[in-house]
Amino acid sequence: MDIFLTYALAFALALPLGILIARLFSAPASRFTSGLLRLTGVDATRPMNWRQYGAALLGTNVLIGVAAFLLYSLQGGLPLNPDGIPNLRWDTALHTAASFITNTNQQHYSGQNSLSYLSQLVGITALQFITPAVGMAALFAVLRGLRGETNVGNYFLDVTRAIGLLIPASFVLALLLTSQGVPSTFSGAKTATLIEAQTVEGQAVTTQTIPVGPVAAMVAIKQLGTNGGGWYGPNSAVPLENPTPLSNLFQSVSIILFPVALVCAAGLFLRRRRFGVALIAVMSVMSAALTLGAVLSERQPNAALSGLAAASGNMEGKEVRFGTDATALWGAITTQTSNGSVNGMLDSFNPLGGLVPQLGMFLNDVYGGIGVGLINMLVFVILTVFIAGLMVGRTPELFGRKIETREIKIASLVILLQPLLVLGFTAATVALPSITANSNPGFHGLSQVLYEYNSAYANNGSGFEGLGDNTPWWNVTCAVVLILARFLPILGPLAIAGYLAQKKAAPETSGTLRVDTPVFAGMLLSVMLLLQLLNFAPALVLGPVAEQLTLSSPVNTGATK
Amino acid sequence: MTALPNLPAPNPAPTPAKKSLFAPEQVRNALRSSVTKLNPRSMARNPVMFVVLVGSALTLYLTLANIATGKSWGYEAAITVLLLLTVLFANFAEGLAEARGKAQAASLRAAREDTPARRLIGGTLTGTEETVPSTRLTRGDLIVIEAGEIVAGDGEIIEGLASVDESAITGESAPVIREAGTDHSGVTGGTRVLSDRIVVRVTSQPGESFLDRMIALVEGASRQKTPNELALSILLAALTLIFLLVVATLPLMARFVGVEVNVVTLVALLVCLIPTTIGGLLPAIGIAGMDRALQANVIAKSGKAVEVAGDIDILLLDKTGTITIGDRQATRFAPLPGVTEAELAHAAALSSLSDPTPEGKSIVALAAAQGIKPTAPNNADWIEFSAQTRMSGVDAGEISIRKGAGSAVSRLTTERGGRIPPELQATVDEVSRGGGTPLVVLSGTHILGVVALSDIVKPGMRERFEQLRRMGLRTVMITGDNPLTAEAIAREAGVDGFLAEATPEDKMRMIKEEQAAGKLVAMMGDGTNDAPALAQADVGLAMQSGTQAAKEAANMIDLDSDPTKLIEVVEIGKGLLMTRGALTTFSIANDVAKYFAILPALFAAQLPVLAPLNVMRLNSPESAILSAVIFNALVIPALIPIALRGVRYTPGSADALLTRNLLVYGLGGIVIPFIGIKLIDLLLGVIGV
Repeated sequence: MDIFLTYALAFALALPLGILIARLFSAPASRFTSGLLRLTGVDATRPMNWRQYGAALLGTNVLIGVAAFLLYSLQGGLPLNPDGIPNLRWDTALHTAASFITNTNQQHYSGQNSLSYLSQLVGITALQFITPAVGMAALFAVLRGLRGETNVGNYFLDVTRAIGLLIPASFVLALLLTSQGVPSTFSGAKTATLIEAQTVEGQAVTTQTIPVGPVAAMVAIKQLGTNGGGWYGPNSAVPLENPTPLSNLFQSVSIILFPVALVCAAGLFLRRRRFGVALIAVMSVMSAALTLGAVLSERQPNAALSGLAAASGNMEGKEVRFGTDATALWGAITTQTSNGSVNGMLDSFNPLGGLVPQLGMFLNDVYGGIGVGLINMLVFVILTVFIAGLMVGRTPELFGRKIETREIKIASLVILLQPLLVLGFTAATVALPSITANSNPGFHGLSQVLYEYNSAYANNGSGFEGLGDNTPWWNVTCAVVLILARFLPILGPLAIAGYLAQKKAAPETSGTLRVDTPVFAGMLLSVMLLLQLLNFAPALVLGPVAEQLTLSSPVNTGATK
Repeated sequence: MTALPNLPAPNPAPTPAKKSLFAPEQVRNALRSSVTKLNPRSMARNPVMFVVLVGSALTLYLTLANIATGKSWGYEAAITVLLLLTVLFANFAEGLAEARGKAQAASLRAAREDTPARRLIGGTLTGTEETVPSTRLTRGDLIVIEAGEIVAGDGEIIEGLASVDESAITGESAPVIREAGTDHSGVTGGTRVLSDRIVVRVTSQPGESFLDRMIALVEGASRQKTPNELALSILLAALTLIFLLVVATLPLMARFVGVEVNVVTLVALLVCLIPTTIGGLLPAIGIAGMDRALQANVIAKSGKAVEVAGDIDILLLDKTGTITIGDRQATRFAPLPGVTEAELAHAAALSSLSDPTPEGKSIVALAAAQGIKPTAPNNADWIEFSAQTRMSGVDAGEISIRKGAGSAVSRLTTERGGRIPPELQATVDEVSRGGGTPLVVLSGTHILGVVALSDIVKPGMRERFEQLRRMGLRTVMITGDNPLTAEAIAREAGVDGFLAEATPEDKMRMIKEEQAAGKLVAMMGDGTNDAPALAQADVGLAMQSGTQAAKEAANMIDLDSDPTKLIEVVEIGKGLLMTRGALTTFSIANDVAKYFAILPALFAAQLPVLAPLNVMRLNSPESAILSAVIFNALVIPALIPIALRGVRYTPGSADALLTRNLLVYGLGGIVIPFIGIKLIDLLLGVIGV
C-alpha cells in the first residue's frame, strides 16, 4: 500500500513538474536570470554548439573539482573550522571531490567529524545543488540536439535555471520534513541525560550529545537532487533525519520525483509525448520488477533465523518504524535513481534482496540520476534503433536522422566503459589482496567489492558497508571510476546529439521505425537487459546468487555470512 | 525527341532458372576459400571471427600441452576442433556468397569471351578492318558489327542502326533497336546484331566493364564495407570487447571465492557469447545483396548503392513502360458537331490502314469493332509519321487525310485554307482530361474530329503503388504528356504525384528539392540528358540500352532496361538491411540460453550449490559446454540460406515488419538455443560423451 502510494504520489507530482520544467527550458532567459549571470560576466544569450557546451560543462566541473579538492586538503588552516578539524589526506580529498562533483556522495571519509563547516557548506552543500543542475542542463542540451538544433543552448543559463528550480522545491520539502520533526535549527548540539547510565571502555556515561542543525534543508536537497549524502552517518535510518512513516513517504517520493518529472519534460520538450510515455513505461516496468523483487525477498526471514517459529520478515538492519516493505522500497528506488541514500542497511538485506540494488545500478537508467539517467537511456535508445531500424529495412534513423558509424562508435565507447571500469577494478581488487582490505571473504566479500565499484560507476554513492574503503587504493580507483562514469556518458551522448543535429532529417513515413510503440518499448527493454545485465551475470552468480543458494541450501546454512 | 521504333513491351523480368543455394561447384569453391581465408591478414578484417581464431589457437596449445604432460586432452581437442569449425563455417558462408556472385556474373560474361572482333585500324571510320580477339579491345577502339555477329564489347554506336537480340543478357527474346545519336545507342558485349551494320566505339577497357567491376566487388579484394556494414561491425567489435572483459575478469573473481576455472572452458564461453553468428555471416549478407541484384539483372556499381536503395523515399518512374503499357490504344472517336461518328471513324481508319504503329492498328481495330472496314484505295500514297511533321496520313486522288497532334494539324488546315472549328479546343481538352492523347483528324480542309488514344495502365500497378505507399514510399510519375492528361493517368494509376511535360532539367530540379527536404530519391533514366539527374539521385538506375553517359552517371545498371526494376531494387535493398538486423537480433538473443548452459557448468565441480541454475538439466558440465559450442558453430551454416536469400521483404508498415521480425528472430533467438542445446546434450549423452 505504502509502495503504491509512493509511486502514485510521485507520478501525480511529476507530471505538473515536468510541464513546468519543459516550459522553463523552452522559454528565453528571464531578465532576472540573465541579469544574474551578467554579474558573473556570462552572456546568457550566447548560443553554444555541442562542443562549446561540452567544453563549458567540463571546464567548470574541473574548476569546481580542483577547488573542492584544495578546500578539503587545506581546511585545517581555513576559516569556519572551530573544532580544528585537520586536512583530509590527499587521496581522501581526491575521492571526496570526485564523489561530490559527480552527484554521487559516496563517502570514504568517516562522518560529520572529518569536514570543517566551510567544507560542509561550500564543498558539499553547494555541490548538492550544482551537480543535479549540471545533469539537468546536460539532458536539455542533448534533447535540443535531438530536436535538430545545432545550438544546444547556453550551459550557464541552463544550470542557473535548474538551480532556480531545485531551491524552491527543496524549500517546500524542508518545510514538510520540519513538520515531521526533522531538526531545522542553527543552534548547537543538544545534550540529553541517559535514562540508563552506560559504561563504555570503563567510563560511566550518563549524558549523550545529540548533534542537530539545518538537517531538514540538507535532507531535502539530498533527496530531490539524487545526491544521497545525509547529515548523519547512518543517513535516513536515523530518527532525526527521517522520524516518521510520513517523513519516510515524503522522502521516498522525492527520491524519484525529479527523475520521473524529467522524462515527462523530455517528452514534451521533444514534442513527442508518446515517446516520453514509452520511456516512462520502460523505466517503470524495470522499477516495478526490482521493487517487487526487493520487497518479496525482504519479507522472507533472515536465513540465520530460518526454522524459528517467530521468524517474520528480515528485520536485520531495518528500522522498526518502517518495516520490511518501506525499507525494501527505499533500497530499490534509491539505486534505481542515482540517489544512494538509505533508510536501512543494504548490507543486511537477504542476498537476493541485496541483488536488487546492484541490478538497479547496473542498469543505471531505471529513472536514473537527474538528467543523466535519461541520457543513459538515450544511448540504449540509439542502439535499439540501430538494430530495430535495420529490421524494418532501412538504414537506422532516430527522429529522421541517420545513425551512422560515428554515432555508433561513440555509443559503443559509452557501453564499453561500464564493464571495463566495474569488472576491471573488481577483478583487480580481488586479485591483489595485498592492497585491498576486504572485511568479508567469499561470496559476500565479492559482492561488497562489486557493489562499491558499481555504486561509483552509477554515481549512486550507496555503500554495502563493511568495507574498509578509506585507503589510497579505494580512493584513487573509485575517483577514476566516478569521474569517467560521470562525464563520458554525458559528453558521448551530447556529441551524438550534436552530430545528429547536423544531419538532414528525413520526413517520417509509414516505412519509418516508430520509437513510441509498445513493440519498440519492449525491444528497448530487452536490449537494455541483454546488453547490461548479461555482462554482469557471471560476477553476480559468484557473488549474491551463490550466497543465496548457499544460505538456502540445508547443508551449508550460515556458511559464509 | 526522336520518334522511336517500337520497343517491345517489357515483359516481367525473366526469371532465371532457380538455382539451388548449394550448387556443387559453388560449394567446392566455397570450401576451398573457407580454408584460404584462414590467412590471419584476411581474418583481421572481421574482428569477431578473428577472436575465435585466436581462441582456437590458444585451446590448441593447451591441448598439445596436455598431451605432452600426459593429461587428458579429449575435451580440449574437441573444443579446439569446434572453434576451428566455427571459423570455417563463417568463411564458407562468405565463400559461397562470393562463388554465387561470380557464377552469376560469369554466366552473363560467358557469351563475350573469345568473340572475334572486327577492329578498324587507326580508330577512324575509314580505317581498314582487322580481326582481333575481344579480350584485346581497349577503350576507344572502333569495331564493326554486322547482321548475325556478336557484339564483342560494351560500347556506343557511333554510326548506323541495328536491331539487336539481347536475350543472352536479359533473357528477353524480342529484338530491340539501337541507333547512333539517340538515347538508345548503347550495346552490350555478348548480344547479337540481327540486322544492318553498326560501328561501335568500345567504352570499356578489358577487365573494366561494369560486369568486371561488379565481379571485383563481389570478390574480396576490392570489396569495401558499406557505411552501415561498417557501423554494425563497430558495434559487434564493441560487444566482442565487452565479452572479452567479462571473460577475462571472471577467473580472478572466481579465484577469490576459491574456484579455479578451466581456461579452455573460458575460451568456449567467450566464443559462445561474442556475436559469432552475425559476425560470421555479415560479409556473406552484403555480398548476397549484390548477388540478388545481379539475379534481377541489375549491376550495382557499389555495395553502398544496394544498401541505399532500401532507404529510398521517392521513386521517380517514367510513365511509359512502367506505369502504362508502352503503346497507346484508340478508345473513342469524338466527332465535331456536323460530323457523324461513322464518318470520323471511316476517315481515321482509312488513313491508318498501312500504319505499322500499334496506335494506327488500334484505330483500325476500333473502327472495325463499329462495323467500319474501309479498303485501301489503289493509288494510295501513305504518309508516314515523322518527328518534324508530327502527322501521318494518306493521299489518294482527291482524298487527303491527316491525323496527328492538334497544333500540327491545325497549322496544316490553315495552310490549306480551311477553318478551325471553335469546338475543336473543347473536344481536345475533354479527351486530355480523360487521360487520352487527342489525335486530330483532317480530311481535305475539314477537321472531322478527334481520336482519343488512351494510355492503358498496366494491370496490378495500382496495387503495387498502394503497397509502396504502405512501405512509406512515394511514387512520382514522369511524363512528357500535358498536365491534363498526366493528371488523369496519375489518378487512374494511383501514383502520389506527377511531373508533366517533364524535361531533364525539371527532373533534376525535382530531385534536388526532394533531397533538400531530406528525402532519398531513386530514378531510372537512359538518355545522355538524364545523366546529371541520374548522378544527383541517391539511386540512379540506368538502362543498359541507354547511352554511355547515362550508364557512367548512374550507380546501377539494369541489363533488362525494364523500368519497373526500380521497385525490385528497393526491395532488394530493404531485404539486405533486414537480414542484417534480423540476424544481429538472433545472435544477441542467443546469449541468454548460452549463459544458462555454460555458467553453471563453469563452476559446477567446485560450487555444487549452483546446481539449481542448470535449468536445462544438462548431462554434465563438459556436455553442457560442448553442446553450447556445437550449437554456436552449427547455427552459422544453418542460417546460410537466410543470409544468402535474405529475409523476405513483405511490403507493409514498419511497425508490422518490426513485430514480425522481433517475434521470429528475437523471441526465436531466445527460445531456439534452449531447445537446440538441450537436444545436442541429449545426443551427446546417447553417444556417450
